[in-house]
Amino acid sequence: MKITNYELRITNFILLVGLLLSSVFCLPSSVAAQSDGSQQNVIGRAGTFAITNARIVTVSGAVIENGTVLIQDGKIAAVGANVSVPGNAERIDGKGLSVYPGMIDAGTNMGLAEITLGANATMDLIESGDMNANAKAITGINPHSSHINVTRVNGITTVLSYPAGGVISGQAAVINLWGATQNEMAVVPTFGLVINFPRIATFSGFGQPQLEFSEAVKRRDQRLEDLKKVFKDAESYGRIRDAYAKDKTLPAPKTDLKLEAMVPYVRGEKPVIFTAERERDIRGVIKFIEETKVKGIIVGGQEAWKAGDGLKRNNIAVIYTNIYNLPVRDDDSYDYLFEAPSKLQQAGVKFAIATGDGGGEVRDLPYHAGLAGAYGLSKDDALKSVTLYPAQILGIADRLGSIEQGKIANIVVTDGDLLEPRTNIKYLFINGRLLPLTSRHTELYEQFKDRK
Amino acid sequence: MKKQIIFFLLVALCLANANLSVLAQSKTEILIRNATILTAAKGTLENSDILIQNGKIARIGKNLNAPANAQIIDASGKFVSPGIIDCHSHSMLDAINEFSFSVTSMTTVKDALNPRDISIYRALAGGVTAGNLLHGSANSIGGLNAVVKFKWGKPVEDFLVSDAPPGIKFALGENPKRTHVQVQPGQTARYPRTRMGVMETIRDAFVRAREYKQSWDDFRAKKTKIQPRTDLELQPLVEILEGKRLVHAHGYRSDEHLNLMMLADEFGFKIATLQHGLEAYKIAPEIAKHGAGVSIFVDSWSYKLEAYDSIPYNAAILWKNGVSVSINSDSDERMRRLNLDAAKVMKYGGVPEEEALKMITLNAARQLGIDKRTGSVEVGKDADLVIWNAHPFSVYSRPEMTLIEGEIFFDRTKDIQRRAELERERQELEKLDVNKPAGGGTTQPRIPSEKRTEDRDEASFQDGGNN
Repeated sequence: MKITNYELRITNFILLVGLLLSSVFCLPSSVAAQSDGSQQNVIGRAGTFAITNARIVTVSGAVIENGTVLIQDGKIAAVGANVSVPGNAERIDGKGLSVYPGMIDAGTNMGLAEITLGANATMDLIESGDMNANAKAITGINPHSSHINVTRVNGITTVLSYPAGGVISGQAAVINLWGATQNEMAVVPTFGLVINFPRIATFSGFGQPQLEFSEAVKRRDQRLEDLKKVFKDAESYGRIRDAYAKDKTLPAPKTDLKLEAMVPYVRGEKPVIFTAERERDIRGVIKFIEETKVKGIIVGGQEAWKAGDGLKRNNIAVIYTNIYNLPVRDDDSYDYLFEAPSKLQQAGVKFAIATGDGGGEVRDLPYHAGLAGAYGLSKDDALKSVTLYPAQILGIADRLGSIEQGKIANIVVTDGDLLEPRTNIKYLFINGRLLPLTSRHTELYEQFKDRK
Repeated sequence: MKKQIIFFLLVALCLANANLSVLAQSKTEILIRNATILTAAKGTLENSDILIQNGKIARIGKNLNAPANAQIIDASGKFVSPGIIDCHSHSMLDAINEFSFSVTSMTTVKDALNPRDISIYRALAGGVTAGNLLHGSANSIGGLNAVVKFKWGKPVEDFLVSDAPPGIKFALGENPKRTHVQVQPGQTARYPRTRMGVMETIRDAFVRAREYKQSWDDFRAKKTKIQPRTDLELQPLVEILEGKRLVHAHGYRSDEHLNLMMLADEFGFKIATLQHGLEAYKIAPEIAKHGAGVSIFVDSWSYKLEAYDSIPYNAAILWKNGVSVSINSDSDERMRRLNLDAAKVMKYGGVPEEEALKMITLNAARQLGIDKRTGSVEVGKDADLVIWNAHPFSVYSRPEMTLIEGEIFFDRTKDIQRRAELERERQELEKLDVNKPAGGGTTQPRIPSEKRTEDRDEASFQDGGNN
């Protein structure tokens, strides 16, 4: 599609005006940022900040009813009821406000899919072919996607972004929702290998007749065999490569980027993220993991609780993405998918709640968690399911997911319960930088709110 | 022997009558006690009761006396709101788009209603009691609508709100242009393909309708002798010109909605609702002047190009300009959480609580012309009510009970009680030969497909066509 669209022209116009303003008048960065039109590349302000007299929801420990959080050098320097505030610190009065760790959405395609329909040039989600282990989300994520600001101003500061399509989609990245470059955003640039676990699908394309069930089973089995073969090939590839490294008299192996990319995953050094929803597919993943000894995570997980024993036994966590989804069967109870997180918890399975969204609606993460809270999960666990639990599953709990001394200062200050839709975000920190609460949405609001 | 039979019949008749009267009373008289009532019209009432008689709200007040046979519902610590009205839905529809022409005003969704669509029950479980069921957005002028109450378990004719003014779906922009749909080999692209063509398609239809109307006026005034042939396509458009049929016009970009309002002004009618109106905030003063309502997605955006300028402040800007705003779902999934969508407009632009609640209740009723009977908790209105465990704008809230015209159509406690029994039944059915996997395979029994529908219109865009 030719980019002659009216909205894009407006965006370009704003961009131009913004550039002119900032270059000609040399406005301070925070002001210029609001009109630079790039939507995301707002630098914010680093410094030493003390949020005082606030209710601090640490998540990992008890709530501190009246305390201080000190932010210094991008980190949480101190937290507690009696924290001494250095003289150079900028004080933020937190009276009546609550301080939370930034939320983490462990199931998104953030930055890879700007406009799903009618703007294919903005889509970097699905590579062609079935086996794409070397496709890395971190090289496709657009740091200037307008989804990024819109998401973070609702309190989500870190996401897992993964590619889609094929059988092996590529490698997912853990990113902070701040940064002018992919490097600046990266928390774990290549976190996990995404595999769409082969399933029985009778759907064969829009307008196409459905496949016979037995044919669909055959195709699933074939795809599973193909996947196992790729795993074996990658293991062999790794062994040959290692052997050559030790003994250069052996014939030099040819580099294969796709197999090369898989080596750490087939060796269980890094996690494989399997998309799977139905019980039989979840059980299929468990069997696959038991056979291949890979480190596994499930994303999706509609019926994962039904296979809770196998998940628990193999220490497989579930990134649950089905709150905004309808039960598949007519006779499933109406709250079947709202209740699933509490059932996962009862089964002793490690889990997180995620949106599963392409980017634009990731900002609804708190409501996904809250709805699970309305249907069985405790409020405390609902909050953990979008903060500490995803941090643990993503292997970043030493740096993120709670308010503890030494962690990265991704912090949200609110006027109420973080998961409630009426709650307002008052301050936002990522990497200890105080960020303006602006986005494509606030910019358009400012332009039109007083039009007569 | 004969006497005995007659006696038996008489007894049976009496018993039957007695049963009927008991049923009738329990159906029509309910006292909801000690609730926090969000009226959506006259503020919030603490610790108050609602007496329901004959399907209507008979009294609202404190410490109301319960009639002898009334069913008492203790709502202490709970909230009561009006039933939610979804002003844009395709639930119950076995077919949504008649794609063949760009003007299909001869069709009606009333011919495609499925009263057993499970989404009805799920809507009730989300506190939704009524919906505006619309034809899809593939056509410049689509089919006729149906305004229904979600009376799950009743025959389809009971769903229709009999005194709702009739309506029709229009559509502008990407969807009626069909430029996002691949033209199959052997087919020619349908006219129109541009926003210019869409507007001319609508203009042409109204020019024809005006001439058609004139031919009838002339005939009735005896200026002509031959009765004009009835035109099923143009008849609904004549009703629009006469102000008897409400136009619900799908559109995203502000320019296309503005052009439609100008066209309507030219032909002397009003657009009842601008549906979606993702950029309506850009033309709020013009909308207020025309007098159209706007029925929006609260914050959906970016899933297609024409949705890129959509902002969650849309409702607030429109509301400040005095425009009637409703928040719709257009989705069987989203329908279940419209209460949270309404809560969002308090955050984005500071719409007051009751005004936000109206956007999913009274305003939708007004836009559909059914506000005399539903949309708020007021004496004399239909008892379309939801009892919530917490304030419906809280994310932790859930409907406990949903009533339509004084009848309980959803009861969470009973729903939970039945689950074990349903699970047993399911397991027994799965054991039957007919449900075993094909070819003696070892996989689980196949799952019946969810429903018999085509693409779910806008909802399908957001779900990537998975519906």
